Amino acid sequence: MSLALHVKDLKKSFGGIAVTQNVSLEVAPGERRLIIGPNGAGKTTLFAQITGDLKPDSGSVSIFGKEVIQLPVHARAHMGMSRTYQIITLFKKDTLAHNVVLSLLGIHQRKRNLFNPLLSNDVLYDQAIEFLDSVGLKNQAFRNVSEISYGEQRRVEIALALAQNPKLLLLDEPLAGLSQDERVMVSDLINNISREVAIVMIEHDMEMALAFAEKILVLQYGKVIVDGDRDSVVNDPKTQEVYLGH
Amino acid sequence: MMKQSLIYVGLILVLMILPIFFGEYYVNLGSQIMIAAIFAASLNLLVGYGGLTSLGHATYLGLSAYASAWLFSRYGMSHAYTAPIALIFTTFVGAIFGWISLRASGLSFLMLTLALSQIIWGIGYRWVDLTNGDNGISGLTRPTPFGINLENSNNFYWFCLLITILCLFFIARVVNSPFGASLKGTRDQDKRMSALGYNVWKIRWITFVLASFFGAVSGLLYIYLNKYIHPSVISITSSAEALLCVIAGGAGTLAGPILGSILIVLLKNYVSGFVERWNMLLGIIFLFIVIFMPAGMGPGFSQIKKRWFGGKP
Amino acid sequence: MQFWVIQTLNSLALGGLLFMLSSGFALIFGLMRIANLTHGSLFMIGAYVAASVLRGGYSLVVAALVAMVVVGLLGAVIERFILRSLSGNSQGQVLATLGLSFIAADACLMIWGGDPIPINAPEMLRAPLQMFGFTFPTYRLVVLGISMISALLLYLLMERTRLGAMIRAGVDDMQMARAVGIPASQLFTIVFSLGALLAGLGGTVGGPMLNAYPGLDADMLPLALIVVILGGVGSLVGTFVASFIIGFIYTFGIALVPDLAYVILFLPMVLVIAFRPSGLFGSIRA
Repeated sequence: MSLALHVKDLKKSFGGIAVTQNVSLEVAPGERRLIIGPNGAGKTTLFAQITGDLKPDSGSVSIFGKEVIQLPVHARAHMGMSRTYQIITLFKKDTLAHNVVLSLLGIHQRKRNLFNPLLSNDVLYDQAIEFLDSVGLKNQAFRNVSEISYGEQRRVEIALALAQNPKLLLLDEPLAGLSQDERVMVSDLINNISREVAIVMIEHDMEMALAFAEKILVLQYGKVIVDGDRDSVVNDPKTQEVYLGH
Repeated sequence: MMKQSLIYVGLILVLMILPIFFGEYYVNLGSQIMIAAIFAASLNLLVGYGGLTSLGHATYLGLSAYASAWLFSRYGMSHAYTAPIALIFTTFVGAIFGWISLRASGLSFLMLTLALSQIIWGIGYRWVDLTNGDNGISGLTRPTPFGINLENSNNFYWFCLLITILCLFFIARVVNSPFGASLKGTRDQDKRMSALGYNVWKIRWITFVLASFFGAVSGLLYIYLNKYIHPSVISITSSAEALLCVIAGGAGTLAGPILGSILIVLLKNYVSGFVERWNMLLGIIFLFIVIFMPAGMGPGFSQIKKRWFGGKP
Repeated sequence: MQFWVIQTLNSLALGGLLFMLSSGFALIFGLMRIANLTHGSLFMIGAYVAASVLRGGYSLVVAALVAMVVVGLLGAVIERFILRSLSGNSQGQVLATLGLSFIAADACLMIWGGDPIPINAPEMLRAPLQMFGFTFPTYRLVVLGISMISALLLYLLMERTRLGAMIRAGVDDMQMARAVGIPASQLFTIVFSLGALLAGLGGTVGGPMLNAYPGLDADMLPLALIVVILGGVGSLVGTFVASFIIGFIYTFGIALVPDLAYVILFLPMVLVIAFRPSGLFGSIRA
């Protein structure tokens, strides 16, 4: 069975500055992978090259065995990959349910329909409510995103990603800016995601991240410093250096 | 839902019987407003629902009007043929111009729509052999669908009303469909929409084509009403007026362009009774709306509607 | 042969004028992300002001100076009082400049009337120049010369002064520029005035070629748009090159196939956009 995600020798420079230097990464189906590194290590840039927001200078990215470098961003969603964003990019003027409906439609033929009204009693809304239930927000389904708390918005982000039944999920700092209680709630959510889904996460909250991770990739200045299973990475002197050298 | 449908039916009935009470001048004014409403509604698809500000929309009204006029005056073709040809031709140009303009986004998109429109306007003035230049094309007739004489203002008014209802109905369906939802999504968070699997470019391009189609429809009605076409119809002023109708009424609402059209057409007719200072008034209104009332009048009405009928989730 | 010489010189002169018109537009768009639709009006106001100054018996040089000051100040006022109140609302700013262009057009009609006002080149520049067996329209050479000097001064400003460094930083990354302490508001006002000033100068210098007439704004604005789109947003070099390309295409187009002049203008822009959406030299996406 092919790897959920296979990144090989990825290189990217911006005007003379190398932001990604020969990065390789293998993520097996169902794996829990953490990417860490100090600020500026190139973590988000790496994500962007996987999702297609950025085009690498060289190297390859394969999702479930299929090379995706030439594919536009929207095509990759149809390959079973979903992501969340570091900065909340929800549809603020719409309800939570509508946000999830948009996610459901994204990979559905029905989005091409120009003529039949999308009514509030559509089956899509029922499905949306189920996904909102799985993140504990069923009661807020018809409130506007702008009215709910930041922590709740983070959970909606995850609902949006889960609504597409991904087999590869990219989480970009899912706990950023959350209170302690909210962190626990979102961590539990993430840890309870089905084992069929490979998760690659960027996160700074070490406590949660280490509890979550099976394998860890440590980046610094766009280079892979350490790559391996959790315990060996944690104990590797190079890891300590990356963090203590600051 | 029932209440809403009843109100619409009531409104249509009222509009239908108006010509009985008003003289020819006002009936024609009503036709003018409806043509402007279709034109503004078509632009609203792009501006209000798509978040794409176009300053060249008059191109599609103009091209369709000119095509119809040209085929009739040059070849004596009957309206049964000129109408569909004009519509297809204009929509085709819309597809191409949309493709070109959407190679850029944001402000560059706006500049491209304006530049393309100005070029068509320039052709309208300069290619005299084709378009008669500054003299325009006159001597045109109105169609006679099913033998009905549309030279009669009342008949023409009802004809316009029918077309307007059909157009607004279709536009409303598009806006409320899954496609419409995805269009609004691209307006609000286009990167997120891409990540969710939507082909944002294609969605915008289809919208552009739809907008040019309905713009073309308004162009046909325009030339049937006026029986005369002049290149000034494709000017920036014309596009700006449509934009003003959309914004004044409230972009991104169904009622907005209608309300805006009523306001602008009435104002224009009133002011032209005085002096030639329409441009200045247009500019001042623009500034005023943009600075003080960016949401336009439509949202105010939306609120009222929500309170009475309950909004959509 | 004489025909080609004349048309070439006309093209170069028009190219120079277009550069004076478009460089301001490009700067404003590059730094402030505002498509200044009032730019054609500013050009026209420059021409009208110069015409009035000339009627008062002063020389074209004086007229140019007065025009630059008046239009530059007008630009500052527009930026400070209207555009700044809409900061953050790109669409609103563009629409505001559109509204202003309509107001300006009617205001010019009211002040200067509907007839074109001729602007005459200074006496000494009216006689054609005889060189290498050809006759050159002197004033065209002057226009070319002035535009070259402007281009050079602009280049020096951008590359050798602190102001220029700040502008370049802002064009590159406004957020970063603010973060390192560049005073955005003042910079915006200065750049908008500078752009306006250049347009006003262009209107004056172009006066003897184009005259001042209602509709000059609508004639010039799309040319500026095409130049900036073709040359690429954010690149003054692009604006410079594109100005002359368009100058040539427009001049020869009008001379050889007047009916199709606009279509010929169209083609290079379409081809460039189709294959290089960011323009010939563009580096930033709008």
